[in-house]
Amino acid sequence: MAKITFMTQGNIPVVVEGESGSVMALAVENNVAGIDGDCGGVCSCATCHVHVAQEQYALVGEASEIEKDMLELDDDANEYSRLCCQINITPALDGLVLTVAG
Amino acid sequence: MKNYQSSDPFKEARVSSGCAHMNDQDDPVTMILRLKDVRKTAHNWKTFQSGAAPGRIVIPSEVNIRDTRQIPFEVDPPLHGAFRSLLDPWFKRPLKAQYQETLAQQVNALVDDVLKADSIDVVEDFALCLQSRALTLLLNTDADEADTWIGWGTHVFRSEDDPLDGDKAAILYDYIDEKIKASSPNPEGDLYSVLLAAEVEGKKLTHEEIKGIMILTFAGGRDTVINAVTNTVSYFAQHPESLARLRNEPEIIGRAIEELIRYFTPLTQMGRVVTQDTQVCEHAIKADSRVSLCWASANRDESVFESPNDVILDRKLNPHVSFGFSHHNCLGATHARQIMRVLIETLMAKVGSIDIIDFEENIEYLGEFERKVGFHKLHVNIHPR
Ligand code: FES
Repeated sequence: MAKITFMTQGNIPVVVEGESGSVMALAVENNVAGIDGDCGGVCSCATCHVHVAQEQYALVGEASEIEKDMLELDDDANEYSRLCCQINITPALDGLVLTVAG
Repeated sequence: MKNYQSSDPFKEARVSSGCAHMNDQDDPVTMILRLKDVRKTAHNWKTFQSGAAPGRIVIPSEVNIRDTRQIPFEVDPPLHGAFRSLLDPWFKRPLKAQYQETLAQQVNALVDDVLKADSIDVVEDFALCLQSRALTLLLNTDADEADTWIGWGTHVFRSEDDPLDGDKAAILYDYIDEKIKASSPNPEGDLYSVLLAAEVEGKKLTHEEIKGIMILTFAGGRDTVINAVTNTVSYFAQHPESLARLRNEPEIIGRAIEELIRYFTPLTQMGRVVTQDTQVCEHAIKADSRVSLCWASANRDESVFESPNDVILDRKLNPHVSFGFSHHNCLGATHARQIMRVLIETLMAKVGSIDIIDFEENIEYLGEFERKVGFHKLHVNIHPR
């Protein structure tokens, strides 16, 4: 079980809990504003873009090449950007804070 | 030859040069073939413009047959963003349960009908009907409007012998003019009345702007959805084991949809007009000339996709550009994805096998390339489970 906090636009925290699956799917299930997950998680839509809190970035790890290529042209991307459909929920993510991009 | 196949005619040019050239009505086009270059170009709206003369970014160019600007796709930022903010919530309605239920009822009824028939043409008797009926949902208009649109045939802008038929396009334009005139502003009503009630950047939309949005809604989702549906049916005909697999692993349907859409890429390319001398992967491109973002080639880029010419139904990483990329990504993508989902789920539930009787491919001739984009006819027998 992992508790994950999404900071949506306007800095409103939404706390959700998940066991498994992708962070994007968890966000969509809980109607987190700004996470659309249009492509269902295959890394083709970038509607699941989040910024990981700097001190927690090591916890989720780096984006793959394909994911980096997707993010490269996103105007809101920074070095802590991830597409959250590419992050799998594990107990280690408990306490993670993600800011919804864009 | 297996008829479901959708070949990759761009491979050699993509690998060796990254660009190719085609002449379109004496307004030549530099085709951009690699995924990264296509994305970069799509993103750079200042140099690669969408808001050129109405019809010019379309290939084949429509400058000779229309003056109405299609909105939002022939508008550049920042105005483009203002139109998208107005339209996006409307075009996301397919995510609502009620919308999905009605769509499922439509598709179920249609599949029941074709199961009763001895044989059907998937293009005319199935895909066209499905697209037209689903469009009544997207427009939130009367269900029987679909019969009028079905009556127009599969191509609104085209006839058998002319890829740019102005007289045929006029039927659509006149129809839309009438509809706008007959509607009154109502934010809860159909798309016409919603647009009549709306404001963009503090101004009411003009008749011409509403018309441009409606033309795009009609034209942009017609051939593309028909191609996606027809290609998908032909794929399942050739691969009955795929339908069986989806039945056993319904959790992969989302991935299967993206993969079929990548593989078939229902819209081959889209143009941009270059605003200043520039270059794309070391090819010089002159100001006021056209480039094309060749989605079909980018989606087979072997430097990104493993086994790009195979359909891998549960492909996990699939950064395809079938719905475009960046600001101008497809406004109707949510609707299209929902159609694909309902279609696949209905076929899984009701259809045992599909036999292809005969077919006529729809081939596009693009300079040195020939690309199969779909079918003119696909005559099949559909057997129930
Ligand atoms: S959900 Fe589409 S890229 Fe993550």
